[in-house]
Amino acid sequence: MQIYLPIAEVSVNAFLLLGLGGLVGVLSGMFGVGGGFLLTPLMFFVGIPPAVAVATGANQIVASSISGVLAHLKRRTVDLKMGSVLLGGGLIGAAIGVYIFNMLKELGQVDLLVQLCYVLFLGVIGLLMLSESLRAMRKSRRGGPPTRKKHNWVHGLPLKMRFRVSGLYISVIPPVLVGMSVGVLAAIMGVGGGFIMVPAMIYLLGMPTKVVVGTSLFQIIFVASFTTMLHATTNYTVDIVLAFLLLIGGVIGAQVGTRIGLLLKAEQLRVLLALLVIAVCGKLALDLLIRPSELYSLTVGGAQ
Amino acid sequence: MMRWLLLILALLATHATAETETVVLGLSQDRVRITPNFDGSEILIFGAVKRETPIPTGDPLQVVVTIAGPDRPITIFRKARVAGIWVNARSAELPAAPTFYAVATSASWDNVMSAAADKAHNVSVDLAIRAMGMARGDVASQSFTDAAIRLQQNSGLYKLLEGAVTIEDQTLFRASVNMPANLTEGAYRTRIFLTRGGEVVDLYETEITVGKVGLERWLFNLSRDNAFYYGLLSLLIATIAGWGASTIFRLLRNG
Repeated sequence: MQIYLPIAEVSVNAFLLLGLGGLVGVLSGMFGVGGGFLLTPLMFFVGIPPAVAVATGANQIVASSISGVLAHLKRRTVDLKMGSVLLGGGLIGAAIGVYIFNMLKELGQVDLLVQLCYVLFLGVIGLLMLSESLRAMRKSRRGGPPTRKKHNWVHGLPLKMRFRVSGLYISVIPPVLVGMSVGVLAAIMGVGGGFIMVPAMIYLLGMPTKVVVGTSLFQIIFVASFTTMLHATTNYTVDIVLAFLLLIGGVIGAQVGTRIGLLLKAEQLRVLLALLVIAVCGKLALDLLIRPSELYSLTVGGAQ
Repeated sequence: MMRWLLLILALLATHATAETETVVLGLSQDRVRITPNFDGSEILIFGAVKRETPIPTGDPLQVVVTIAGPDRPITIFRKARVAGIWVNARSAELPAAPTFYAVATSASWDNVMSAAADKAHNVSVDLAIRAMGMARGDVASQSFTDAAIRLQQNSGLYKLLEGAVTIEDQTLFRASVNMPANLTEGAYRTRIFLTRGGEVVDLYETEITVGKVGLERWLFNLSRDNAFYYGLLSLLIATIAGWGASTIFRLLRNG
């Protein structure tokens, strides 16, 4: 069934969009990532103009994140306090990021920088997570006792706060800094930042994996809402019909994903996310390194 | 004296047209309505040739129909290898190019229009695009213009449809042109050429309007005129859908 999208101005198969939304929703519910880094390239592939894909993707992420957070809230796997602290840092970071983005735009080659950022971050995070979670899996298989969390410099900082759901008593400075740096990157790279936030919460803040997913989704809701409003009012690129089809699939997928996530062990979940991140990174790296079959590309209409 | 001269000229002019063949046109639709289930459209153009004299002998009558979408600037990028990675290194801009351009003919291109006639009226895809001006940018604009035409042809937006016009008894003709789903809104300039031996005998011009209607129109206007509320509406839908799905799933599990 073909449907015409009023803002994207193309006609696309409605079931294809439902399926795309569903697939990304499952990943979102499982891993706590918004899925923007996956959904946006998939939308390009279906023939949706890039500007509309980026903006509408943010709107779909709002829906699937809400759906996912509600599922996690019932299981008490959302640390609202930690989420708010991260969000506060994130909003400050996003403002700084937008400023840097505009500065880079004046220098030109911002697209390239975004792609390089993607490859670098996805690659590093993916490999780190993969090696760590494989080690953890091997250890648990051998049946050895789990290693105790080490006390490092992070625990020596002032302004301590108790995060009951995460079982942490740490200074607020690290979460605020993590939120800020993710905010900066998210604004420059045009994504919610879940795939950076999740590993940062696990490895830098030492939060339990089960709590991380819900908490990440919680703060993504706000970042993605902010992005949606920004795109809708400045670029007019949010396609409500496209978003509707994607999010119908997305919210159902997020529910399914949350349940799958609960069946898996924390290490298994981390290995899968690491593999996904590495796969996306590999695809992006290949695009940059292999000679494209068509050297030319075009955009119709005025400059964005 | 001047007045007489004008009168004679006018008489000569009407006499001249009376001898040649002219187009009488009927479009299947002069409006393409973009609705939610719009999936491209087939435009049917039919017409008759009016003549006061018997059908001329010699070269048979041929018909060429062109449909051109609204003009938009096109930016063309060329990738090059910089420090081992492929990046958009160069760009050029066509200040105005049709968003859609189709040429339908009654026979193979060489038989319907001479190079001189093509040059005079900018009918073929290549000339019609180039007539709007060359790409301006960093380097060799020629290759950028070629690339733009090639890319638009590959995506079906520029096309030559040989034999898409059928003629009966050198008098009645009909052409069918498929319009893709990703049409730009606006007036589509339509030209119909009658040719004999590659030379243009008559030219008729009209317009087809392409526009969104109903829900599509309303949403588009809302997104432009009330962007803030449109954004809020998008978020509201997202929130309701997210909450709805989670509630339904909980009920399914419990019930």
